[in-house]
Order: sequence, then C-alpha cells, then structure tokens
Amino acid sequence: MTREDVACQAISPRLSRRQALWGGLGLGITVQFMGARAYADSQGALAQKKLVVIVCRGGLDGLSLSPPVGDANYGALRGAIAIPGFGEVGGALKLDDTFGLHPAMGATHALAVKGQARIVPAVATPDRERSHFEAQDVLESGASVVYGTSSGWLNRALEAMGPAGKVKAISVGPTAPLILRGPIEAASWSPGGAAGGDPRLPGILGDLYAHDPLLGPALASGMATQAMAKIAVADVAQSEAAMTDSQVNAGGATLAPVLRQGLPQARKLGATLAAFMTQPDGKQVAAVSIDGFDTHANQGATQGQLALRLAYVDAFLDGLASGLGPSWNNTVVVLATEFGRTARVNGTAGTDHGTASTALVLGGALKKGGIVGDWPTLAQARLFENRDTAPTLDMRGLFKGVLRDHMGVERAKLDTQVFPGSAGVAPADGVVA
Amino acid sequence: MAIDRDLKSAIAVTRLGLGAKDGEIAAAHDDPEGYLIAQIRPEGAEQPQANAPTAAERFNEFRAYQQERQAAKQAGDVKTDPVKMAARMLRDDTGVDFLARVRLAAGTDAGFRERWALFWANHFTVSANKLVTATVVGPFEQEAIRPHVFGRFEDLLVASSSHPAMLLYLDQAQSIGPNSIAAQFQARTGKHVGLNENLAREIMELHTVGVDAGYSQADVTEFARAMTGWSISGLREPDAGRFTFRDRAHEPGARTIMGRRYAEGGEGQARAVMKDLAASPHTAHHLAVKIARHFVADDPPPTLVARLQRAYVDTNGQLGAVAKTLITSPEAWNPTAAKFKTPYEFLVSSWRAAGVLPQDIAAIAPVMNAMGQKAFSAPSPKGWPEEKEVWCAPDAVIKRMGWSEAFAAKAVGDRDPAQLAANALGARLSPLVAKTIARAETRPEGLSILLMSPEFQRR
Repeated sequence: MTREDVACQAISPRLSRRQALWGGLGLGITVQFMGARAYADSQGALAQKKLVVIVCRGGLDGLSLSPPVGDANYGALRGAIAIPGFGEVGGALKLDDTFGLHPAMGATHALAVKGQARIVPAVATPDRERSHFEAQDVLESGASVVYGTSSGWLNRALEAMGPAGKVKAISVGPTAPLILRGPIEAASWSPGGAAGGDPRLPGILGDLYAHDPLLGPALASGMATQAMAKIAVADVAQSEAAMTDSQVNAGGATLAPVLRQGLPQARKLGATLAAFMTQPDGKQVAAVSIDGFDTHANQGATQGQLALRLAYVDAFLDGLASGLGPSWNNTVVVLATEFGRTARVNGTAGTDHGTASTALVLGGALKKGGIVGDWPTLAQARLFENRDTAPTLDMRGLFKGVLRDHMGVERAKLDTQVFPGSAGVAPADGVVA
Repeated sequence: MAIDRDLKSAIAVTRLGLGAKDGEIAAAHDDPEGYLIAQIRPEGAEQPQANAPTAAERFNEFRAYQQERQAAKQAGDVKTDPVKMAARMLRDDTGVDFLARVRLAAGTDAGFRERWALFWANHFTVSANKLVTATVVGPFEQEAIRPHVFGRFEDLLVASSSHPAMLLYLDQAQSIGPNSIAAQFQARTGKHVGLNENLAREIMELHTVGVDAGYSQADVTEFARAMTGWSISGLREPDAGRFTFRDRAHEPGARTIMGRRYAEGGEGQARAVMKDLAASPHTAHHLAVKIARHFVADDPPPTLVARLQRAYVDTNGQLGAVAKTLITSPEAWNPTAAKFKTPYEFLVSSWRAAGVLPQDIAAIAPVMNAMGQKAFSAPSPKGWPEEKEVWCAPDAVIKRMGWSEAFAAKAVGDRDPAQLAANALGARLSPLVAKTIARAETRPEGLSILLMSPEFQRR
C-alpha cells in the first residue's frame, strides 16, 4: 500500500462521521434521553479515544516505583534498597506527603505535576499464589481464577465496544500477549526489517492461507500493519530530526551515562507506537509488555537494575505522550504488573514475590486527583500475611473503571463478558475525567 | 486411526524429529516407530561442542572481568565501558555456543533425540537474559541436561538444581539460612543476610509437582531453608566456579515440606526433598502434560497424558521409557499437524530441508530476535511458550516471510523446489502447495512458498 492509498483511506472516517451526523438527526428524540455523554459516544467520540495497557512482567516492586517515603515503616522495612526521601540526593520525586515516584521516573513525574499521571498504590489481581505465571495469566485473561479463559480481557473489551474492526488494536513485540489474544483480530508490530523483495509472495501465500484460520488472518493483518509502519517510522524520524540531542537523551538523569544508552530507543519505541495510533484509521487500543522486573537479588535503589528498568519505562511513556500530541488529551495509559514484592528487603538485597503493587494511570483524559484507591500503610499489622503490601483495590476494578468511563463499555458487559463473574467488583470511580 | 507408512514416516521425522533432511523420510519409511526408538540411548543427547569451555571456566572469566572492572573504576579509567565489554563477551561466548547448538540440530541424523534434549533444556530453563548467566546457558545444557535426558528424572533434577548456572539464575547461590553460622557472623558485622526462595519455588512450581499440587507458601519457605548452603565456590576457593555445599550457610534443623518431615542432613536434606518431589504423582502428571503439549498438541489428548504419566510412575521416572511410550502412543501420530513451529524449530527445519549448515551467528542472532526467540534468552524460568497463538502473531508471520525470501535466494541454488518440497514433507505435502510451488516464477520463490506453506509452518 502506498502512502497515497493510506491518505485516501483517511477520507472514510470523515465520511462515516458525516453519515453519523445525519443518522443522529433522525434519532433526535432518543438522544435527549441518552444524555450528553452517551450522545457523544454514540456519535463517534469513541473513535477519538485511545487506550494503552502496559504489562510489566516479573512482579514490579510498587514500593520502588512509587516509594511511600512518608510512611513511618518504609525505611526500616526496606533497608539498603529504600529510596531516599524528598529533597535528599537521589530521593523520591514528590507526589504528596506520603508518596513519591522513583527518581528515574522524571518524565512521568512531570506529567503527574500536571494531573496527567496518578498512582494506584495497593492494587492486586484476585490471584494470591505468588506465582509469576499464574498471576500474569489472571492479570491478562481477566478471569477470577487461573486459566479461567484462554482469551485476554482487552480483546473481549474490543468485542464489547462494537462489531469486529470498529476499534482496532495492536500489540508491540514479536509475540502476541495473552491480554490481546481472542476472537477479535489484533495487529502486532515490532521494530526491525520488513518483508523482502518478492512482491508476488504475499499474494501467493494469501491464497494458500485462504482457509487457514491461524496464518490467514495473521498474514493479512501483518501486511496492513507493514503499510502503517512505513508511515509511522517515517513520522518519528522526521520529528526526531527536529529534536535536540538533549531532548532525545532526556530521562534517567540520575543514572550513570553508560546505563542510559537504551533510553533513546525506548523513547523512540513509544513515539512509534504513538505514530501508529495517530494515523488516519489508526489503532485505538495498544498492548505493550515490558519485562525484567523480577528483582530477587541486588535490586538497587536510586541506581541499579530496577532503576534502569524504570528509566526505560519512563522513556517509553515520554515518547508515547509526546508522540500522541493533541491526542494525548483523549488517551488513558494503564501500567500494571502481576504482583508486587515483599515489603521487607530479603537476604540478598532484593525482594521476593508479594501481593499488592502500584499501577500507574496516565493521560490527558485523566481526572485530576490523588492516589487511586486507599493506602493500607506498611504498619506491621496491616501487611498481608505479615509480608506484603495489602491490596485495597481489585485490579479488575481499575480496568473496569477505565473501560467504562473512557471507552464507554457498559457495566453489564464488564461484569460478565470482559471480566467474567466480576459483578461484585465495582469499577473504580473518578479515574477518568 | 490407522495411517499408512508414507504419512507415518513423514510425521515421525517432521513432528517428533526436527524436520526432514534429504532422504530422511525414506529412511524412516519401513519402521517409523523403530526409527525413532533407535534414537533413545542411555548416554543421553549429543554434545554440540567437543572440548567446550565449562560453566566453571566461564564463571571464573566473568568474575575476573568484574574484578578488573572494579579496579578500572577505582583507577579512574573511564574508557573501560563495562556494558560494551560485557556485551562483547556475551556475543562471543554465547554466539559460539548457540551456533554449535543450531548446527547440531540442522545436521543431526537423530532429530528426535535432539528434540527430546531441547525439550528438557526448556523445562529446566536457564536464560541468558541475566548478566551473570549470560555466558553459561550452553555449558549448562552440556553439563546438566544432555547427559541425563534418557536417564532417571531425579538425576536430571539434581543435576539441574545443583548446577552453578541454575544456582545463579534463580538466586540460590546467595541464599543463607537466617539461623546459620554465616548469618550469625554477618549479623555481628551489622550486615543483613538471609533466605532467597526463588529456586525452591520454581523447582516445585515449574520443574516438579506443578502449581496445582497443593503446596503452600510455608512449604516453599521450608524447601528454601532446606536448600540453603547449595552454592558455588568462589574464585579463591578450590574448584572455583563449581558447586559447593556451604555448611555454614545451611539453616540448621529438620524441615517439613508437603507433609513430610526431613531430618537435618546438610546437603542431603534438599536431595531427600528432591527425591520425593521426583517420585510424586503430581510430578508424573505435570511432566506428562508438558511432554504431550510439546510433542503433540497445545491442548494435549488426555489419553496420551495418562499413558505418559503411567509410564513415568511404572518406571520410577525413567525418561527413556517415557520417550518410548510417547513414540508408541497412537495419539502422537494424529494425521492433523497441531503444533505451530517456534522460530527455532522453523529455522532448524528450514536448514534441514535445504541441506544447509548455518555458518554465521551474526546472521542468525538478529533473525531470532526479530521472530521473538532471542538466542538462549527465554523470557522467564518457565521457558519458551508452546502455544501457537503466541508464535503466530501477524508481525511474526511477516518476519518469517522476509527471512524465507532472503534464505531461499541464497540457499536454493540450481535445485528443484518441487523436489525439495517432496523431500521435506513427504506425504504431508498437500496437492495445493505442491501445485503452487510447481507454478513458482523462480526457484527462490518456490522454496519460499515451501517454507511458508501451512504444512511446513506446522508439525
């Protein structure tokens, strides 16, 4: 597909908006009963909304991502891996009197100051087994028990948003994450070389795959994404050319220079995903996996292995937020992990598998406010099994709140279809403006 | 369902083996099961490298490098870039090992034996995505896995769990009993040391009984206590870089794990636990499911699982007997190819089909990365996933197509793609794909179509 072809396709959303307008006039009476918000949704506001879900694999230590340096027990529990307090060298970046962000999360903190990033400091999936693999399964499948369903909740949410293809989704990475697997076809993309030179081959294979339920849709989707990728990568190259070196290298300021070398790529990856999402007829929903958070030994504090991973996350988020431009105001990003880590430092200057952790919500579409959910504190009596941060919010409630208030998914579908058997888990209120 | 020997020999070589070399399906034709059973041997799998560097040597190199780096830092030598140095070491050592492994797979006459070894290497994953284990995945496989893959599971389990690569990958080497002599000594100096339960948990969850076996957090912690002391000799100690038992770090006392009591026994305490874990019916079931899932279908037939489980229990975990049961089970020969190849399997079978031995790791590594299976770098201790949905993402199919084109252009030479297809798939080659290859405009296009055909992408 050439760039011109894609430009031509760009007309179709406009046409459909005009058609929707005419349709809306015919439904005038109904509209009054629907209320302003429902009206807007029914008339294509959903088409502007963007949702990015980032899964941090390995059990991200919430007490380092958003260190509760104001909590009386934090320093003693954490020992050598405690993040220093506000204003100290390498100290936490202040959010409120209790919480800060890890010092490697500078760009995220700048968003937080503007009310465009909030923390959810004690959230957990319903799984309590402390197994990576079970917990990731529950996080991504959205089931209440492990291996309860083989599709992902984000895929079923797409199903709930309308007929197949209405809201398009993409995952970043060479393999398909569970969260986006399911009946609705989703694109996938990863950086790297595209197909080779034989222009006949995709057509020949398309014919061979005509009745192949696995390869057929995958090839078709892959080819369409290739066409978008050409434009996305060109757009990012153009905007990068206009940036100064210090902008490109921003982030991870507290890290030694040698450790910052992966950060420009992370930023670029975020910007490229943004370019996929801002193209005409672009992807509205994206799933991203970032791994490397299983810090059993020598996890570090201001510096160290976890700081490096968090700087990577920060650079990715920065690239995504800047790349989305005006669309950032219609975007919600949720970052979550399968479980948190032990409140106490372990015997090897790391932390073991725990329970509740911190999730982040970001975006111009957020409602301003403090932490989402309650903070149980780290008082010994409040620790879950005298070991972990106690959960105060069900992860599904957070996801449900975002899907309801940002993507307009109705409660009944959230309770039964997207998160089966979760009627007792209320959507988190007041996250999205 | 009875299937003819044409199809059965094709299945033997492409599903249970690593893909057909020229003439291999014909060689299996008279007795497909016997062809595979003959590959089972007590001495285990082939070694990819003769006289390979040992894990101990690699560790010692790594530690020496760390010390040099520290010294350089103290001397203010800013030019020694540790990340670049480590990256070079990683590329060189890991590259040599990985190339040897893919060359073995691409060339061996015993494809089933190698697949069986790769299965166990993945079951006991040590990943290069951790710096300290980056250069020892190959040696780990050579020393701990390959010699034991047709022996007793218990021996394989102990070999894996006591190997320095595993002890470091899952943080066991530094785990210290809170009431041990070492911990008391450290406490006097004000240093807090203690337990790390990572390896203990993964042995139970991933390597033996499985997460549904009904054990608790307390069982995991008790096993972690029993395992304290399993460690590695330091640079200045005898047998540097090898397994050692540190009595002073061992948590004293008896332990209770999954309802069984284990008397104090030093190093033997954890071995006694492993013996019982290996003998557990939960382990028999867990392993049977994994074998059936890898060799036959993501959603494995329960009857096959039951057969494998019974073979394991009846023989006290003799893996050669389990392998033979797999080969002689009717479920393994289902005419439908249910498995979608992983990138490693796809590349290996492509090399075999084209009769090519890979030469250059610099050409292979980026391809493995792009297809989502970075060399020796499984994403977690769970190893590489099996499910087709993971590997058949749209992006991955595009990357496979791009590689096939580039590979076919170089590899096909003056050979006839139709003949290559017949050699590679035998009776599994569908009339539609055969016809499409026959109509290809060029030889490279014909080979690309073969490699990307639905039946070649599956096994």
